[in-house]
Amino acid sequence: MSAIVSVEGLWTRYGKQVIHRDLDLDVRDSEVLGIVGGSGSGKTTLLRQMLGLDRPMRGAVKVFGHDLETASAADLRRMRRHWGVLFQHGALFTALTVFDNVALPLRELRALPAPMIADLVMLKLRMVGIGAEHAPKMPSQLSGGMIKRVALARALALQPELLFLDEPTAGLDPESGESFVELINTLRKELKLTVVMITHDLDTLISLADRVAVLADQQLIAVGTLDEIVNIRHPFIQSLFHGERGQRALAAVDGTGDSNDDVATAARNNIS
Amino acid sequence: MSEIPSEGELPSFATTESPASTVALKGDWTLDTLAARIPPLTQQARRYSRRAWDLREIGSIDDAGATLLWHAWGAQKPAELLLRPEQEALFNRLAEAPKPPRARRRRVWSALAPVSRVGERVVDIIDHLSAFTSLLGQAVLDVARIAGNPARMPWREISANVHRTGAQALPITALVSFLIGIVLSYLSARQLKLFGADVYIVDILGISILRELGPVLAAILVAGRSGSSMTAQLGVMRVTQELDALAVLGIPYSLRLVLPKIVALAIALPLLVLWTDAIALLGGMVAAGAELNIGYRHFISALPGAVPVANLWLGLAKGAVFGVLIGLVSCHFGLRIKPNTESLGAGTTNSVVTAITVVILVDAIFAVAFSEVGIP
Repeated sequence: MSAIVSVEGLWTRYGKQVIHRDLDLDVRDSEVLGIVGGSGSGKTTLLRQMLGLDRPMRGAVKVFGHDLETASAADLRRMRRHWGVLFQHGALFTALTVFDNVALPLRELRALPAPMIADLVMLKLRMVGIGAEHAPKMPSQLSGGMIKRVALARALALQPELLFLDEPTAGLDPESGESFVELINTLRKELKLTVVMITHDLDTLISLADRVAVLADQQLIAVGTLDEIVNIRHPFIQSLFHGERGQRALAAVDGTGDSNDDVATAARNNIS
Repeated sequence: MSEIPSEGELPSFATTESPASTVALKGDWTLDTLAARIPPLTQQARRYSRRAWDLREIGSIDDAGATLLWHAWGAQKPAELLLRPEQEALFNRLAEAPKPPRARRRRVWSALAPVSRVGERVVDIIDHLSAFTSLLGQAVLDVARIAGNPARMPWREISANVHRTGAQALPITALVSFLIGIVLSYLSARQLKLFGADVYIVDILGISILRELGPVLAAILVAGRSGSSMTAQLGVMRVTQELDALAVLGIPYSLRLVLPKIVALAIALPLLVLWTDAIALLGGMVAAGAELNIGYRHFISALPGAVPVANLWLGLAKGAVFGVLIGLVSCHFGLRIKPNTESLGAGTTNSVVTAITVVILVDAIFAVAFSEVGIP
């Protein structure tokens, strides 16, 4: 399987503090990779480096096979048209309406006629469950969940193959968090997306991620499917999956009877 | 290693006249392949819109491609349409998508438009004035409250603001006032020389700088420098809900944020005026020495006789008043900023422009009210 994003020998250091020590990570085609880690473990920094917003101190990040540091401007531009990013707080343009926020990337192509842009925008908004009555509103008039939905619509405007999600459910109430996860799941099936997702929410991780990468102690201590990860003996993983919250999340999965059953069972066996 | 998804095959039409006139689509109908070819493709599709369509041989089609066809078909499926199942879903989504809201209508022109525009302006100004007045009232109430309980005086904030608006403004005010002093002195000296009235350079510089230039120059620089930053600070605090956070902690922001700024400017600006006066006179003295051969010792000893000391006090009083006004105006605009980036920019601009205008207006009032004071 080919790697859409690959991180090779990545080091990050702020002053004397080492954030990442020799990281290697591949994101495979059409998978959802969840990156978890404690706060301050450098999850968001890693994401910013994958997006080319920050430069790693050493090592390389390749997206679609191009090194972000050495790629030509034209390649970078083409690359950026094929990925979408959902920032943690949405990062909507506060001076533009919901409609204009989603229309912006389409208008920047300078190729689409206005009526087509309008239809595409309404299509994307509908896709993320935002009604037409919200289109003329300003971002400050929206609730947190709606801001994330609109931001997702903007991220999907150019029909990207690769989607980055930074804490997609953080700051949402459980219900909107759940429906947001559902939304991403449906979109992922419809649009054939590769997703890189940062989260610290176990429910989100369990219901979305095909593989999980765990960042701790400045390194990726484990990369693999959930059931592979759960049994690894590491203090962070133990506290993540085997704490009270983790147990509840896994038990919920257990009840629904999907393929993650064995994960929950494995986790429980591991404790006892 | 995978590649950046490449452009794919070009979209094209294949028409067959027999058995029935059918249009079969080939190639990829995606945003990438369409991009520059949208107008001709739409036209062509429109021409075929009455025929039978066959989309089964398309390489790939995305929302953009589907939208293009949808438009060409006149927002409905053609009578005969052959689709793959996943394409069916795509067009169903399009059919269900709501219509985009109509663009806001331009305001209808009418004979009353100019009148209503004036009316809106007036209402806007009244709104500003009433908010400004209540801010002023709040500041007075805060002062009264502190007078009853001096321990609550926000000394740290005041001293921080004096440092930022006063001490840190010393270099720039010095530079500007020195140059203005030189220019003023040089130009006046040329005129005075014509009349042989060289010694009056001291009177001209002394009165104009102490009475007018010093206070106004310092006030304009402070309005631009500190007024804008105060507006922006309050504006961002409003956007990030820091003001709300202060309020729920039981810390009134008028007391903690607004009052210290006003008090600090009322203290710092007179001091800056003194500094500006001194440096501008220094500049004038240097230029007078070069142009008219007036010795520095003579210039300094002649100054007290030529300029009544009332001018200095008037200048300092003006400085204090300007300081209070600049503080009030910048806080007023800062507190009115709405949570979006455009409002922040516009608010800061309005704040500086208004502060400078108010300073000059009030200066004119001072000039009229004190026309009998300090003129020898």
